[in-house]
Amino acid sequence: MEFFKKYPKTFQWLFLLVVFFALCFAIEVPETYKFIRGQAEFVKDPNQSSYVFLGKEVRYYAFDVFWRLPPLLGWLPIWINDSLFFLMNEWMPIEVWNEDTQEYKSRPLVLQISRNITAFMTFLIQLIREVLLGGLETIVAFTSWDWIDKNPWAELPGLPWTIVAAGAALLSYKLSGKGLALFAGLTMVYISIFGQWKPSMQTLSFILVAAPLSFIFGLGLGIAAFKSKRVEKALYPILLVMQTMPQYAVLVPALVLFGVGDHAAVIITMVVAVPPMILLTILGLRAVPPEVIEAGRMSGCNNFQLMFKVLIPTARRDILIGVNQVIMVCFSMAVISAFIGAKGLGFNLLLALNQLNIGLALEAGLCISLIAILLDKMSLAWANKQEDYFGNLTFFERNKNLLFFAATVVIGLILAYIGTFLFKDTFNYLFEIPHNKGISTADFWNKGVDWIFETFFVYIKAFNTWLIQEVLQPMRALYLRMPAIATIVLVVGAGYLIGGIRSALVVCGLTLFIALSPWWDRALVTTYMATFGVIVSCTIGFTVGTLCFQNKHSANFMLGVCDIFQTFPSFVYLIPVMMLFGITDTSVLIAVIVYATIPATRYTIEGLRSVPAGLHDAATMSGVNKFQRLTKIEFPLAFPHMMLGINQTIVFALFMVIIGAFIGTEDLGQYILKALSDKKGAGIGLTLGICVAFIALIFDNLIRAYVQKRKKHLGID
Amino acid sequence: MSGPVIKCENVYKIFGANAEKMLKDSNGNVDAKTFQENGCIVGVNNASFEVAKGEMLVVMGLSGSGKSTLLRCISRLTDATGGKIFIEGQDLLQLNNKDLIDLRRNKMGMVFQSFALLPHKTVVENIAFPLQIKGVKTKDSISKAMDMVKLVGLDGRENYFPRELSGGQQQRVGIARSLAVEPDIWFLDEPFSALDPLIRKEMQDEFLRLQEKLQKTIMFITHDFDEALKLADRIAIMKDGIIEQLDTPANIVLNPATEYVRKFTEEVPREKVLLIEDIMDKTKDNLGDLKVSKDEIIENVAEKILTQEKSVAVIDNDNNIIGSIDPAKIINTVFGGRKNNI
Repeated sequence: MEFFKKYPKTFQWLFLLVVFFALCFAIEVPETYKFIRGQAEFVKDPNQSSYVFLGKEVRYYAFDVFWRLPPLLGWLPIWINDSLFFLMNEWMPIEVWNEDTQEYKSRPLVLQISRNITAFMTFLIQLIREVLLGGLETIVAFTSWDWIDKNPWAELPGLPWTIVAAGAALLSYKLSGKGLALFAGLTMVYISIFGQWKPSMQTLSFILVAAPLSFIFGLGLGIAAFKSKRVEKALYPILLVMQTMPQYAVLVPALVLFGVGDHAAVIITMVVAVPPMILLTILGLRAVPPEVIEAGRMSGCNNFQLMFKVLIPTARRDILIGVNQVIMVCFSMAVISAFIGAKGLGFNLLLALNQLNIGLALEAGLCISLIAILLDKMSLAWANKQEDYFGNLTFFERNKNLLFFAATVVIGLILAYIGTFLFKDTFNYLFEIPHNKGISTADFWNKGVDWIFETFFVYIKAFNTWLIQEVLQPMRALYLRMPAIATIVLVVGAGYLIGGIRSALVVCGLTLFIALSPWWDRALVTTYMATFGVIVSCTIGFTVGTLCFQNKHSANFMLGVCDIFQTFPSFVYLIPVMMLFGITDTSVLIAVIVYATIPATRYTIEGLRSVPAGLHDAATMSGVNKFQRLTKIEFPLAFPHMMLGINQTIVFALFMVIIGAFIGTEDLGQYILKALSDKKGAGIGLTLGICVAFIALIFDNLIRAYVQKRKKHLGID
Repeated sequence: MSGPVIKCENVYKIFGANAEKMLKDSNGNVDAKTFQENGCIVGVNNASFEVAKGEMLVVMGLSGSGKSTLLRCISRLTDATGGKIFIEGQDLLQLNNKDLIDLRRNKMGMVFQSFALLPHKTVVENIAFPLQIKGVKTKDSISKAMDMVKLVGLDGRENYFPRELSGGQQQRVGIARSLAVEPDIWFLDEPFSALDPLIRKEMQDEFLRLQEKLQKTIMFITHDFDEALKLADRIAIMKDGIIEQLDTPANIVLNPATEYVRKFTEEVPREKVLLIEDIMDKTKDNLGDLKVSKDEIIENVAEKILTQEKSVAVIDNDNNIIGSIDPAKIINTVFGGRKNNI
């Protein structure tokens, strides 16, 4: 008893666990329960129960309420779907002038708006694409096909790759210096020589449209949220869900609203990229010292001047970090949105993966990663760049880079012109190296994969079988064996013990949503995969992070590695694991582990670093050895920050688990993928996405509550 | 312009949800404790005073005493909860946003504790900022700003960025910026508190030199009593939002109004603060040959007086004898006050 009085929390946790296990054992598995059949497959089966709500019929397999809750929210996806269709096809018809038939036509408002946005986006993408690659549709948009037939000179020729490469190198030089310039040049040359120029430029044009638009919207909404508490309160929950929602899930509604193609991809990318921009804008504006704002006011600024001449320039760095985030999201979406018809490297990557042509996939993946790293480094350099003073420089010094660029344009054009003589019979390699005319290493890689498979097949297979049979299957069975009521009790209890009644209520609401949706079983499978990934990732991440922290150089090196790995679009991770492990759950899990280890490692190092130097000295003077210092001083103090790392790890793991559906899993992700090809999938996709987001938010809520309490306790902020 | 430049009548600033209602109910008798129990925090409690043209009023108080809040009410960076504030006879709280901006663009300048420079602008651009906001042409504003750069002695550094300057230099930029529009009223919010002691003294001297030249109406906030004594024409000592005493430095040292003020004055070397005038007797008998001006600080003439046996004559600016001072009085002033406290 003495023990319990001393540690009341331990007692409470023990009690919670006892209740949980008691519930697990008390509630038997119903005989009719079969996982694969699922609860609501929307097929008619005489064994199913059904109910009607809001005019939608929901069919499901009924179980004991304690075992699985009935899908009382089953009508939601159907309802969302129907509402979307109603909005698109029937709501608010307006008269629209039709240019071709010369008469008014009635069309629903939302459809018309969506058409207009679509047309605008398509125009923007076309414009940039044709500047980079050449074409005539932009000119046609302003004139007509007849005009372009008469004036063939007006067709945009596209920039020779030499000019784009030189431009990238010059810009990198201006932003950062020689190192980055060299990297930029080499990347461009690599892309060109290996025949990936066209898809790369298509991807680039997609990003050049999506990123600035996301930036503008994010900045605008961020400013609005900064100025008005009400806007912030309205935005906050949406931001939270959007940050944890798998990007797959948003694709489906976009498909319905905007159709298939690059424009839809841009819009959906904006939906995903705007939230981090908003958050960083708010963060940056909040960080402006109040005295600077007062100084602005006392200088007689009106609100507009205060925002654009004082606040935004002062918050410049945070806002530019937001731009960096936007670009990273754009790259990851550049691949994922290939599912709804975005052209470019992502499309090639998906195609190659689908055909199991690992070599081609690797080439495309490498290209997209290289461009991503390049743009990441460039935008970071821009953010960290201090402004210089130009007032007392000569015209040449001020416009040095512009002049250099003009020179490269001239040289590039001359080279391209010379090229027309050099390569009379073949393609003009100095202008643009066409796809599949460059050097291809695909065969080499494919042979390599074959070799690995032939040589190590036995071992890999053995490992695979062991992992699946001995670890994964039992773990999955355990998760599925949990009665719904026991899970809810466990989660809510944990919420109460960690964050009090408020936390418990929030967590309860989130869990109930999933439990009442038709996909509780699938959600359990998602959670099991994510948990496995998180446990392994955290173990690796904490170990590697702690080891690297022992030495300043290795810590910096590791952070650099984390930076680069984080830049890769998430899909790229699937390539090597498919190479090694083929199409199995193991592949997905290994991709999850690799991807989720990044934040675990990063936060461990950062957390350990944040321990104040004074404490180090104090500990050393108390005569601790290295190990004691680590366990007694550094770990306890770094722990809150490391917990935030776990939080990130969970989000990353869930993302990858969902993307893993591409390889073939049985969880929520698979259903999202299915919804993508389903005409009525919008509601299902969105609800599934919300389910995944809620899984992440449950953990997020618990961890944040804990961290806040702990930080308060330790007096660090 | 006759009359006070700044005039405050019963100014209150109370933070909290229903501050205004509570203030109304209290009928002007604000008790910080009851307000706090109801979730309100009293920043400024019934402040009334005037500042005349060319006068320097130093508001002294420890952190949390409401001195910065008072300043922000008068510059209307926050709106006072109750009371009236007049700037050159204009009711500040009645001004609309446009007039307020006009007032700040033309009449007011302010210096901040943390300098509050714009990190993305050079020294000269920072100084020109208020002018450009006002709509002055870039060329004119820069040339005016260059004059200011020279005034605060930063020539040669005009193209530096704030990050490249030391604290003292940054504050010079802050001062130059606040003076760029040639304001009549100058607010300084603990301008030297973030500087180290040697630089602080240098900046105080520099500040006095500037004020001699410019003769602005000044409200100066500080938590440093010595600084207040050194600079002020009059000092207002604040505690918990209330002005405990508002008087000349000499009167505060000689006649502290409350126990709180007395504690501050205890350690003050009187001979450095008081003038001969402050301690002289009105009697004109039994005078020696030596004459001292009434405006001398005691420290400067103490040695001369102490070598005399008779009383010393005190004269005014026109050489008329207006009183006398006894050597014993000097000794009593410098050492005497403290005996009681031991």
